[in-house]
Amino acid sequence: MCGIVGLHLRDPDLYPRLGRLMASMLDGVVERGPDSAGVAVYGDTRRVPEGHAAVSVLLPPDADPSGLGTQVTAAGDTTIIAAPIGVDDLVARVTTAFPTATVVGSGEDLAVYKGTGHPAALATTYDVAGASGWQALAHTRMATESAVTPEGCHPFSVGPDQCLVHNGSFSNHATIRRELEREGVRFDSENDSEVGARFVASRLAQGEDLEKALLALRETFDGFYTLLVTSAQGFAVVRDPIACKPAVIAETDAWVAMASEFRALTGLPGIDSARLYEPEPGKVYAWTR
Amino acid sequence: MDPLTEAITVDLATQPVRALNAELHSPSSKAYEVLAPAGAHAVAAGIDSGISVDVRGHVGYYAAGMNDGGVVTIHGNAGTGVAENMMSGTVRVTGDASQSAGATAHGGLLVIDGSASMRCGISMKGVDIVVGGSVGPMSGFMAQAGRMVVCCDAGDGLGDSIYEARLYVRGAVGALGADCVEKPMRDEHRAELAELLAAAGLEHDVTEFRRYGSARRLYHFHSEQAGSY
Repeated sequence: MCGIVGLHLRDPDLYPRLGRLMASMLDGVVERGPDSAGVAVYGDTRRVPEGHAAVSVLLPPDADPSGLGTQVTAAGDTTIIAAPIGVDDLVARVTTAFPTATVVGSGEDLAVYKGTGHPAALATTYDVAGASGWQALAHTRMATESAVTPEGCHPFSVGPDQCLVHNGSFSNHATIRRELEREGVRFDSENDSEVGARFVASRLAQGEDLEKALLALRETFDGFYTLLVTSAQGFAVVRDPIACKPAVIAETDAWVAMASEFRALTGLPGIDSARLYEPEPGKVYAWTR
Repeated sequence: MDPLTEAITVDLATQPVRALNAELHSPSSKAYEVLAPAGAHAVAAGIDSGISVDVRGHVGYYAAGMNDGGVVTIHGNAGTGVAENMMSGTVRVTGDASQSAGATAHGGLLVIDGSASMRCGISMKGVDIVVGGSVGPMSGFMAQAGRMVVCCDAGDGLGDSIYEARLYVRGAVGALGADCVEKPMRDEHRAELAELLAAAGLEHDVTEFRRYGSARRLYHFHSEQAGSY
């Protein structure tokens, strides 16, 4: 069991409230995954000022990242470093300075937070409620396939401004991992969900859109999954063809939200008149900005 | 006012579900109204008397689970496993139901005015289920006894590995599950279908329905039938 929540805002008037809405959604899935929690926020200029790139990174103990960016935010295990240079250049700068660091997110619009512990405490550590932006997702983890570490925490963000969160378990991930490694893809963890994220990232890098990439994932991966995948363009949801893992989608003119359970959606404005439905097994649902 | 007929209101915004269910298990009234369920799990689970409960809003998992005699109406949507393992009584969902509605239920009547998603009536053991809309894939999986009525469509894999339950579907049916076949509608079937629709308060022409049930080829496993699974 794990918990997933995601919110894609259509109404810019809600952008300042994104963090508070996400905090209430995260609170609704705490029981589904009490061992760790991760959050990704798109468009939070507190962390990623206009014209900057940002790298979210798990640094080695005692590392001093203060000289790496014009803005450095420590949030528990995660540090977010922003600088007015290109994404690839900033990633190179961080990994050169700290070769043992793990980059957990990078892009021009994205801040990723990962850590272990109780999700409610982590929400405070990350200051989720203080975030603004246009899109966010979060995951509460009940680990099954790999250790409870910040590296094993979702989301997996392995391409620019991309994130993937997963409820379930892939059964053929080791085979797909070997195939991707043969193509030169490098992995940061033993986590099965990271394989899904690397697969989607490699498809997006080949020019596919989220919908096409997830259709390819459905054909390649075996196991149980509800996935929420985000990019700089929008977000997408897919469930395995047997749909063992729960998902509910709510839509209004002002937002699209997805959660493992309805109770995570009850704090959203206008939820009483939202269109509520469960995504069909094996079908890809995608929304773009 | 008679305390046994005066409806008691329980507001889940201020009361925990445990307090609600403890009251419903030792009821001091015949009627209850539950407010602000906000997707909570196990709302009105374990009722074992003939009380009525009206829940105003959407509920989470296992609402009215194990119901034995209660009349529970959920004015909203229900999450996974509504009325799972019901023994007797009536559970009505005015909106949609999530997966595994009426799972393993032995008796009583489950009515879903909207649609139910996957695995509706999985392993049903005697319950009657009437769905005003459609049911998702794998509904009636390993259904052992009881009746299921679907007033719109049924997804793929209907009645997979079914035993003796009877399934009535008015609309389109996807691929039938292993060992599930269409069967002729005889007078006795039209009569019981009319009774079920009347009990659910739904009006449809019984001649528009088709009946599905077990071909009884999988009661005993034969290796030459392994391909059917």
